[in-house]
Amino acid sequence: MALEKRFHSVRLEKDKCRACTNCLKRCPTEAIRVRGGRAHIIDDRCIDCGECIRVCEYHAKVAITDPLSSIARFKYKIALPAPSMYGQFKNIRSISQVLSGLKLMGFDEVFEVARGADVVTRAIREKLRQPDLPRPLISTACPAIVRLIQVRFPDLIDHLVDIRQPMEVAALIAKREFARKHQVDESEIGCFFITPCPAKVTAIRNPIGHESSAVDGAISVLEIYGLLSSHTRRAETDESLITASAWGVGWASSGGEANAVCPDNALAVDGIENVIRVLEEIENDKLDLEFFEGNACTGGCVGGPLNFENNYVARNIIRKLIDRGNGRYPDEKVDVSLLTKYPLYNRLPILPNSAMKLDDDLVEAMRKMEKIEEIFKKLPGYDCGSCGSPTCHTFAEDIVQGFAREMDCIHIMKEQLRIMAQQMVSLAETSRE
Amino acid sequence: MAVMLEQVFQVDKGAYETAGEASMTIKRTLKRLGIDASILRQLSVASYEVELNLVIHSLGGTLTLTVDPDKITLISKDVGPGIPDIDKAMTEGYSTASEEARSLGFGAGMGLPNMKRNATTFDIVSEVGVGTCITMTFALH
Repeated sequence: MALEKRFHSVRLEKDKCRACTNCLKRCPTEAIRVRGGRAHIIDDRCIDCGECIRVCEYHAKVAITDPLSSIARFKYKIALPAPSMYGQFKNIRSISQVLSGLKLMGFDEVFEVARGADVVTRAIREKLRQPDLPRPLISTACPAIVRLIQVRFPDLIDHLVDIRQPMEVAALIAKREFARKHQVDESEIGCFFITPCPAKVTAIRNPIGHESSAVDGAISVLEIYGLLSSHTRRAETDESLITASAWGVGWASSGGEANAVCPDNALAVDGIENVIRVLEEIENDKLDLEFFEGNACTGGCVGGPLNFENNYVARNIIRKLIDRGNGRYPDEKVDVSLLTKYPLYNRLPILPNSAMKLDDDLVEAMRKMEKIEEIFKKLPGYDCGSCGSPTCHTFAEDIVQGFAREMDCIHIMKEQLRIMAQQMVSLAETSRE
Repeated sequence: MAVMLEQVFQVDKGAYETAGEASMTIKRTLKRLGIDASILRQLSVASYEVELNLVIHSLGGTLTLTVDPDKITLISKDVGPGIPDIDKAMTEGYSTASEEARSLGFGAGMGLPNMKRNATTFDIVSEVGVGTCITMTFALH
């Protein structure tokens, strides 16, 4: 376990937790345990995918985001709306209504993350021209998938594209353009991502691949939804506000990125369990692909847990808006000189996360593995979660690692009680004679 | 005594619906042991190929994973039918896979060459009517 506590957007509200096993069973990195009547999140393993937020019936799992009031920290405020946000409003005719609406809320400028996606599209297309890079190249747009790969697929890390996320690229460009236009210092400008996603919040606080984020805060879509919704209704449509291409906006849904980047030979998969299955195949070298896009959420970012609208509805709204939007392809829209003008590429290597490792020492890890298999054989294999571990196998691991005892298994306990009861009966019978 | 870890998997003939499960468990074990990423990748490819070979070509057999501090060993042992011409079988693109296997997308004739490419040492012994034994090792240092 790491000494340094990592920042996570996904948290538990202790008082609301009923110690059910819903989140326990759904966590893709086995990062949750139920102990002492409530859930605990293992920091090292959590990838902030938000699955637990979605499945918790008691709303005990929450995402930490910045309040809208936090924009006041900066003299100049820029909103960075995620493309998936356009799908949250049923009654708009144009994306520009959302952009004007954000300005009415107190932002000095709005910069579409979809425009950042246009730039990233162009940058990835350049990468795909390099034959020496491993195939498929894997998208880094979904930070939960990047962290999933760090934890569960360390051997696929070198497939990850080393380009910053659209949100980061948008912030870099937005700040520089605003500073130049208004002759102000970049340090006076705050860029706020309007986020559908807890993993993005974590990616801002704890960036992967670079030292610090260009984004200054993340406000959840849910927090501003009501206010923004009323502003969008009043906002005029002004097409000149829209600067992103339809392709960039398309990144909102699963397949949008793959379609923009490599329409000929890419695969897009959504839903974290599906992504895991396909990553297994990529690991086995069984897919002949140029590019792979994985999204932790069903439907892609439109399925983010901090969105308001149902992901299928949102996807459909965006599809209609795109039809009316700017159809220019990123290759002609984004000049190649832009790719060297901004620090778009990762400066730090992406490292494996060793949280699944049994021990740093191989021999010790082997000993533990042997003990785990021994204990596992004694367990009933129901994977019921009553012990507080997600499966019988993880329970065996927890016992060996010293985090659980065999008697935490209610089935073993029941068996013990049965034996004890039998002994007492026979003892009673012998003493009666 | 030196520490050694052994796991044995039964792989049935024609069991396409469960094909890949043994290699998935092997990967899971190796990741828990913290095996280096580059070796993990080679093992992923080789263990999947060898498991699929058992499903597609053999009459059934076992896959044995052995880990010791210096190397990982993967042994596939089947009960037939045996390979008449090993050199030919080792040729890229050569395959004797059935229509059924081909219809499922297998039989590209890359299985054995891929195993050889990924393993540190690769050894294959076969006798028609008896069976085939493939031994692969992966050096850890």
